[in-house]
Amino acid sequence: MEQVNQGVRETVYPQAAHTFYRKLSQIALSAVTPIAAVSVALACGAVLLWLNGFNGLDAITVMVFGSFQDMRAVGEILLKATPLILIGAGLCVAFRCSIWNIGAEGQLYAGAIAATLVGTSLDGLSVWIHAPLVMLAGALAGAAWAGIAGYLKVRFRASEIVTTIMLNYIALILTSYLVTGPMKDASAAYPQSARLVREAWTPRIVSDMRLHIGILIAVVLAVALYIFLQRSSRGFALRVVGLNPHAARYAGMDVARNVMVAICISGAMAGLAGAFEVAGVTHRLYQNISPGYGFEGIAVALLANNNPLAAILSGGLFATLRSGSEVLQITSQVPQVLVLVIQGIVILSVVAFAKLRDILRIVA
Amino acid sequence: MDDMMFLTFLATLMGAAWRLATPLIFASIGEVFSERAGVLNIGLEGTMLVGAFCGFATASATGSILIGLLAGILGGMAFGLLFALFTITIKADQIVVGAALNLLGMGLTAFLFRTYYVSTGKGIEIAQPVHIPFLSDLPFLGEAFFRQNLIVYSTILVTILAALVLYRTSFGLTLRAVGEHPKAVDVAGRNVAGYRYAAVLVGTGLAGLGGAFLTLGHSNQFVEGITSGRGFIALAVVVFARWSPTGAFFVSLLFGLFYALQLMLQAEASVVVPYQVLQALPYIMTIVTLIVVRGKGAAPSKLGQPYEMR
Repeated sequence: MEQVNQGVRETVYPQAAHTFYRKLSQIALSAVTPIAAVSVALACGAVLLWLNGFNGLDAITVMVFGSFQDMRAVGEILLKATPLILIGAGLCVAFRCSIWNIGAEGQLYAGAIAATLVGTSLDGLSVWIHAPLVMLAGALAGAAWAGIAGYLKVRFRASEIVTTIMLNYIALILTSYLVTGPMKDASAAYPQSARLVREAWTPRIVSDMRLHIGILIAVVLAVALYIFLQRSSRGFALRVVGLNPHAARYAGMDVARNVMVAICISGAMAGLAGAFEVAGVTHRLYQNISPGYGFEGIAVALLANNNPLAAILSGGLFATLRSGSEVLQITSQVPQVLVLVIQGIVILSVVAFAKLRDILRIVA
Repeated sequence: MDDMMFLTFLATLMGAAWRLATPLIFASIGEVFSERAGVLNIGLEGTMLVGAFCGFATASATGSILIGLLAGILGGMAFGLLFALFTITIKADQIVVGAALNLLGMGLTAFLFRTYYVSTGKGIEIAQPVHIPFLSDLPFLGEAFFRQNLIVYSTILVTILAALVLYRTSFGLTLRAVGEHPKAVDVAGRNVAGYRYAAVLVGTGLAGLGGAFLTLGHSNQFVEGITSGRGFIALAVVVFARWSPTGAFFVSLLFGLFYALQLMLQAEASVVVPYQVLQALPYIMTIVTLIVVRGKGAAPSKLGQPYEMR
């Protein structure tokens, strides 16, 4: 008996080590595409800047490294990473199911509105109840807003690309109506809502930094979504529906239900991001509460190859570039919208490099 | 409102509807070509923005609206070439590439605008309405139909031309076949990729023209995001129009009516609805449109799929 065990151990361990190394090299290989893509995008950005009379190389250096000045600055990067990780990880689920949810921006606003309603109306609750309640409200509203597009898709076969984009505009207009009308803070000149009660605020990690616990929740949820997609039977069904809805239907899966689940998860994540923007950062609802996090989240998900775990990294990267571009605007008057150009080129290069790898694999 | 005032209101409304429909007419007819060949270009919004910016920049440099319009078309086509390269040659996912082009279009135009124009605040001379003897002076009809600039009138020409090319030429026939059954076209010895490139270039050229109209025939300034979703609305127009150019013309007019209604009711003091409700009208109607049309019906069967030669 002892000897048999010994034998098993000897064969199993080298194998385990082997699979470990294979896994590691797989991860390393899968990192090649995003790293190359980001490099190409930054190089294109540098050329664009140079063509327009800026010092391209300096500017890109500032964009990548300029925001790492001190702990506070790093905290600001993580603050920006929070919505990007949440939205990016959520969109990974939708995209894996082949749902083209372009409406994260609107879902973010829906979440922000709901969070403001809950955060300004209830009073006298403990922070342990009120703060989570605000997050829950945001997530539910985001899921509901996305659910409209999901329902229209499964019921009327209306393209979710068009409906989610239209719902973006409608959510933005709704927010503008609310902060200039019914929810307007009467004492303020600027259109804004009343301030959320203190118990509704998302708790900060360190008291003198704006960074709040949202970043921790975002990371935990991204990991949870990864496990959900890879290990649960519902996650498996979502992926099958995404790859081939006909096969999924033939295998007895409820395609409509899976579509609804996927789009509502992505909406809930965006809604939660909106709740954090209100309850964690501004403490009021404004018309322009998001600088386009919903659209940036698409780039985050695609750079992560629709893997929620990798979305943590790509969200962090895009947040770094966004912070860097703010520094750049102040120091060198380079318009901050350059970030959008970089995002667009990142997506294009990801696509191109993925195809290149396919071709190389066929040749090899 | 008495009858006379109502008639004046109606005439102004119809005139404005056609004007506001013009960018949609160009973009959606362009997208009809693209989609009939099997290529779904959701990058239309970014393409229109590029057209609007190129048109504005060129016209303010040369002082010529015509050259501006040409620049808008060329700018759109340059973007289209990028789209075609990625979706047809590299065979990447059309939706992913389209989303990237929207970001790129938004970012590039805003970047260049802020770098060169935002501080000047200079406007340009836009295309003026042409006075047609007798017709422009007709009561009611004159205001409603005959006091437009040439770009607006050209939508009729473009619609007729598009319909003729698509249904009455061998190029159009092959193009439609490419979207329905590319293999048959391939076997018949025609170049599937070539036809798709042509369709995308026609589509994005027209989208660029639609964008250029916004800065050269409508507002005299470029504004960041000036298209405000028209590229996406054009996608819905194509579905509602069942992939036909004449259909796209009339559906665009319907949307032009929503835009015009929104603007005119905002100006009307007697209307008590908050202006945001009116602002949301075109977007809400787009969703309603998709519900009413229900499903794909006449969609080209290979829409959105790259063609793999075997």
